[in-house]
Amino acid sequence: MSLTLEQVSKVESGKTYIYSTDFTLEAGSLNVLLGPTLSGKTSLMRLMAGLDVPTSGRVLWKGQDVTGKPVQERNIAMVYQQFINYPAMSVYDNIASPLKIRGLKRAEIDKRVQEAADLLKLTPMLQRKPLELSGGQQQRCALARALVKDADLVLLDEPLANLDYKLREELREELPRIFTASGAVFVYATTEPTEALLLGGNTASLWEGRITQFAPTLAVYRHPNTMTTARVFSDPPMNFLRLTKQGNQLKFDTGVSTPAMGVLADLPDAAYSLGFRPNHLTLERTSADALSFQVTVAVVEISGSESFVHVKHGEQRWVALVGGIHEPAPNTVFTVYVDPKHLYVFAADGSLVSTSALAKAA
Amino acid sequence: MAEIYLKKLAHSYLPNPQKPEDYALKEIDQVWEDGKAYALLGSSGCGKSTLLNIISGLLTPSQGQVLFDGKDVTHLPTEQRQIAQVFQFPVVYDTMTVYDNLAFPLRNRKQDEATIKARVTEIAGMLELSADLKKKARGLTADAKQKISLGRGLVRQDVAAILFDEPLTVIDPHLKWLLRMQLKELHQRLNRTMIYVTHDQTEALTFADQVVVMYDGYVVQIGTPQELFERPEHTFVGYFIGSPGMNLLPVKLDGSIAHIDGTSIPLNTDYQPKSGAKLELGIRPEFTQLSPTASANSLPVTIKRIEDIGRHKIARAEYQGKEINVVVPEDQSVSKDYKYLTLDPNNIHVYADGWRLKQEAAA
Repeated sequence: MSLTLEQVSKVESGKTYIYSTDFTLEAGSLNVLLGPTLSGKTSLMRLMAGLDVPTSGRVLWKGQDVTGKPVQERNIAMVYQQFINYPAMSVYDNIASPLKIRGLKRAEIDKRVQEAADLLKLTPMLQRKPLELSGGQQQRCALARALVKDADLVLLDEPLANLDYKLREELREELPRIFTASGAVFVYATTEPTEALLLGGNTASLWEGRITQFAPTLAVYRHPNTMTTARVFSDPPMNFLRLTKQGNQLKFDTGVSTPAMGVLADLPDAAYSLGFRPNHLTLERTSADALSFQVTVAVVEISGSESFVHVKHGEQRWVALVGGIHEPAPNTVFTVYVDPKHLYVFAADGSLVSTSALAKAA
Repeated sequence: MAEIYLKKLAHSYLPNPQKPEDYALKEIDQVWEDGKAYALLGSSGCGKSTLLNIISGLLTPSQGQVLFDGKDVTHLPTEQRQIAQVFQFPVVYDTMTVYDNLAFPLRNRKQDEATIKARVTEIAGMLELSADLKKKARGLTADAKQKISLGRGLVRQDVAAILFDEPLTVIDPHLKWLLRMQLKELHQRLNRTMIYVTHDQTEALTFADQVVVMYDGYVVQIGTPQELFERPEHTFVGYFIGSPGMNLLPVKLDGSIAHIDGTSIPLNTDYQPKSGAKLELGIRPEFTQLSPTASANSLPVTIKRIEDIGRHKIARAEYQGKEINVVVPEDQSVSKDYKYLTLDPNNIHVYADGWRLKQEAAA
C-alpha cells in the first residue's frame, strides 16, 4: 500500500506552485514536509488528497490511478493548524462522527472512540464540548477524529502551530507512537526543523515548489544534498563561508589564506562554500587541524543552559551555539574554530561535494 | 524611559472576588528597572496577557497601582501612557510606503520633518529596511511587515516602555532568528524598557535580561535565564523551562540523604522540610548521565526509547515506573544497554509542595 506522485505539477494563473514532482510514500510511514511558508507544503498535500487536480502528472494509490478522484471518494483524514471540531457536539460525538456517517454499529463505534480517546488522553473529557477544552485538548480531539477513521492517508498541516510551546513538545513526543500504531500513510507539514527531528520518520525538504531531498529524517539532516536543503533544515541557521581553492591553499573571501587540510586537501581547484552548524562552531580548538577564524561579537543570547553567540566574520553573520554561559561583550574580537569533520563542502552550484568526512561525523 | 512599579497589583474579572482562585492575576509588588528587557512567560491562561493589558492601560486593575517613574498611571488610558506596542500580527498601512509607515507615529506627534527623517533613517538602518523605504508596504513579505511594526514601536524617543505581545509567532523559524537578534541589538543600543510576552521559552530566555515566569495567576519566579535553568524556584519553572523539562521524582528525605524508591542518593546539603509536605527531587535532563556499568548511587533504569534529534539525543529512561529524560551529547554514545543513571549532586534540587527548599546552613 503506497501513495505515488508521478511527475505531478501544479500551475495556476501562470504561477507554478509545484514543479514536476516524483514521490512515493509507503504505508505505515511518517513523512515530514519541511519548508518555509509558501514553499509548497499545503499545495502538495492538497494534490495528494485530491482537493486539487494536478496540472500534469498522475496520483496513484496502491498502483491505481486516482488522479482527479475527489477527496470524498477516498479514505483520507486531514488535520489543520486551526482546530476544527463541531462546537455543538460533545468530544465523544466529534470523534464518533466519521464512523456514524459510515454507518458502523454502535458497539463498534464505541470501541473505536474509546481507543482513540485513550491514546490521545481525552477519556476524562469525552462528555464535554470542544470549546470547554484547552487548545491542546481541542487539537487532540481533531486528531482523534482523524485517527478513528482508519484512513489510508492522514494529512496533518502544521497541526501544532497554534499550540503553546510546552503542549507542542508533549504532543510531538506522543505523535510518532500514535502514527506507528496506525499503519496509514502519514504526511506532516511543518516549518520547524526541530519538529522534523523530534518526529523522525522521513523528511522531504521543500523550497519554492520543489522537493529538494527526500530520505530518512536524520539522513537529510546529516547529509543535506544542497545548500538549499541545508538552509531549510537548520535551526539555528547554518553558517556559510565562501572560499577558493588554489593548489594547497584555501583563499577565503575575507582575503585570508590558509593551507588546505584533511578533506579540503583532496578537493579539485575551484570555488566552494563551506557550511557548518552553529553547534560545531566552537570557542575552543577541538582538534589540531581545526580551521580558525577571527570574528567580532554582534550580540549574545542566553537560553539558560546554552549561549547563542552571534558574530560577524567579514560580511558574513554566523552563530555559535555553545554549552554553558558565555557572554562576550558586543564588538569583542576573538577566534572561533571548526573541526573539519563537521564541515559541509558545497560546489559553486550549491550541491554537496564532500561527504567522506561527514560519514565520520554522523 | 521609565521604571515601572507594579504596586500591590492584582486583578479579578469578577465583581466581588473572595478567594485566590477568583484572581486572574494574584497580588504582585515589583519594580521593573528602567532600560531593562523583561519577558512574561507562561502558557495560555496564566495571566500574562492580563498583566500586559494592565501595564498598557487596556485594563484597569481591580487592586493596586501602576507607576511609571513614580507617576500613577493606573487610570490613564493607553494613549496617555507613552507606550509603544507591537502585536502578533503586523499592523501596517498597506498603501503607505515603508518610510511613511515608520514616520507615522512621529508625524502624529507633530514632529518636524527633519527630525523625523533622521529618526526613520536610523531605525530603518538598524532593521535593515533602508533599501525598502520607498516601497509600498503592501507588496512586502510577512516578516518585512512585522519589522515595520517593530520599527514603528521603536521610532518614538518619548516612550516609557515598548510592549511586545507574541511578536514573532507568525514568523518562520529562520527569520525568527534574524528578527530576534535585531531586536536584541536594538535593545542594547537604545536601552529602552521592553516587555515581551510569549509562551515560547526560547524567545523569552534569549531576549530578556529578566524572565517573569507566570503560572495560574502567580508570578512564580523572576530571574535571569541562567537562574531559571540552574535554580528553578518552583517545579513549574523546572517543567516549563528546558526541553525536555526538569525530571521530578517523589522522594523521602533523611537529612542529607534522598531515598527514591529503594535507592539512596547523598545530597550536598541538609534539608529540613515541614512534615507532611509533598517532596520531590528535581534534576534537569542535562545533569543526568547513563552508563553501562553501575556506580555508587546510580539508579537502575530501563531505556524505553532513544530519540536522536541531531544536536543531541534524548533517552527516555524508566525507573520504577517513572519516566526520566536524559540528554546525551552528540559525541557520546548510548544504547539500551546503558542501564545505570547517575545524577549530578551539584544540580539536584528538592521541592516541598512545589517550592524549592533552601539549603540549611551547615549544622
